[in-house]
Amino acid sequence: MLALIIRRFVYTLPIAIGVTVVCFSLVHLAPGDPLNAVVGPDAPADVVETLKRAYGFDKPLPVQYAKWLYRALHGDLGRSIATGRPVMHEMSHAIGNSVALAVVAAVIGFGFGCLFGAIAGYAQGGFVDKVASFFGLLGVSLPHYWLGMVLVILFSVELGALPAIGIGPEGAAVWAWKKADWAHAILPAITLAVIPLGIVTRTVRAAVAEALNQEFVQALRAKGLQSRAVLRHVAKNVAPVCLAVMGIQFGYMLGGSILVETVFAWPGTGFLMNDAIFRRDIPLLQGVILVLAMFFVALNLVVDVLQTVIDPRIRRGSGG
Amino acid sequence: MTSPALDLGTAPAPLAHPVHGYRARVLRQLSRDPITIICATVLIAIFLSAIFANHLAPVDPYKTSMINRLKPVGYHGYWLGSDELGRDLMSRLLYGGRLSLLMGVAPVAAALLIGALLGVVAGFVGGAVNTLIMRTVDVFYAFPSVLLAIAISGSLGAGVTNAILSLTIVFIPPIARVSESVTTGVRNLDYVDAARASGAGAWSIMRVHVLRNVLEPIFVYATSLISVSIILASGLSFLGLGIVPPNPEWGLMLNTLRPAIYINPLVAALPGGAILVTSICFNLLTDGLRQAMDIRA
Repeated sequence: MLALIIRRFVYTLPIAIGVTVVCFSLVHLAPGDPLNAVVGPDAPADVVETLKRAYGFDKPLPVQYAKWLYRALHGDLGRSIATGRPVMHEMSHAIGNSVALAVVAAVIGFGFGCLFGAIAGYAQGGFVDKVASFFGLLGVSLPHYWLGMVLVILFSVELGALPAIGIGPEGAAVWAWKKADWAHAILPAITLAVIPLGIVTRTVRAAVAEALNQEFVQALRAKGLQSRAVLRHVAKNVAPVCLAVMGIQFGYMLGGSILVETVFAWPGTGFLMNDAIFRRDIPLLQGVILVLAMFFVALNLVVDVLQTVIDPRIRRGSGG
Repeated sequence: MTSPALDLGTAPAPLAHPVHGYRARVLRQLSRDPITIICATVLIAIFLSAIFANHLAPVDPYKTSMINRLKPVGYHGYWLGSDELGRDLMSRLLYGGRLSLLMGVAPVAAALLIGALLGVVAGFVGGAVNTLIMRTVDVFYAFPSVLLAIAISGSLGAGVTNAILSLTIVFIPPIARVSESVTTGVRNLDYVDAARASGAGAWSIMRVHVLRNVLEPIFVYATSLISVSIILASGLSFLGLGIVPPNPEWGLMLNTLRPAIYINPLVAALPGGAILVTSICFNLLTDGLRQAMDIRA
């Protein structure tokens, strides 16, 4: 088991390094001198010269990359052009806010996704199955930023029931698990949950339907097991696949929340990125993307390992 | 139909003859599927109305009118209302289809060419070439797709070309992965071994036995990405990273109409409806194709 975890880790390492290379090259992808991305075009010449040496832009690219990686590993992602503060500092609240939103959205999306998918898989072709398939289709076809707007129109403008923007009352900047804050989280969380809801519904439905067609289910039924007990066995079989999909979807919600956060002015990482793009604050953009991408890589690794732990078939299959 | 390569000898050429039967069967299956036909019709209508927008649009989509701002749907002279600068929304929706569809389809088409080439070569050649290609692809696959699109177009800056470029890079990894796994699967089939044993060269095996069997599933998979691509492309414009104003594009229209939800919600929501209809139709069409061609997800 330990050997297997180590093997997964070793497999992930080159990917993680590749991700850092991609993030590093973002600064050089930006048009013009990379220094323009750091100080802006109107900086005085001596500042430019000092910074050029400080950032090491006068050195060859591999050396620059090594230095950048060394600093990043020590928690130094450079400074934001717009505010002059360290990128890490700018991000500290945003990450927490994004995680809070993603967690609430995950509870909604995964909960209903599993419920719809399981019922639809059991009653294939029935009414519930049709409704679930519709939700599945909607989840993968809806431009969710538009859904956010429609929800605001319905619940904030027409009904006046829920706040349209912000993370909490009176311009709060940080998510607090308090009653007044929940009203702010409902609409963005539903909007963010639509895609995972659709995908989880589709996955669970397919997995349950496939498991039910296997011989062991017939054998259990023939043995006279109650349907609830059969369900327990089916659940055990579909869990690894569903877990993997949900893990990836959680990563997508965290890394892809920029559109939802922009619509609802939710001060998370996505909102921060939008700000960075708007001000052409490349170091900030680069830092946020690096952190989110590394989180996604780590999440994939954890899901991989967890899947192996709970599914003996994979464990034996790969000879761990 | 081109005849199979002469050096095949006794090797079976399973697709050379029954191709007609297969195509006919797929077409028959499709013609019996009302949902697929409806979606295909709607898509054709959307594409045609975008292509012929200059003939269909009632007025110039760029013509502003300060006294006719944010008029409701059905207002005199404005069939679908007007936007925040008094431009006719129907004309803008029709013209907007051009850029939205281009930005949705072009990246998938480009990624299909590059990704399929990479994947088929990796799957067919195998070994170190496979490792090199697929591990590189894995790196880009390690980014959530929205994040990768934002990262690249955020660094490059706004513009149609940059948006198409960034979305192409987003779609190459999934297409390359599917192509590689399909190709590896076909390469290990018995009839390919038989062709090799009877002396067929690598090129003719590739052309006759592999390509004909892998292109269809790869193509169908790529079609399924178009709806994601349209949503992502409009999303980039919505963030100000794709099309720049005053050009009409559905995502950008959605963005500029956002403050109007308090005044005229229906008009503000219309461009999103256009994106939704297009993307649902593409999704249902792909489902229908997949079923008719008997390709498993």
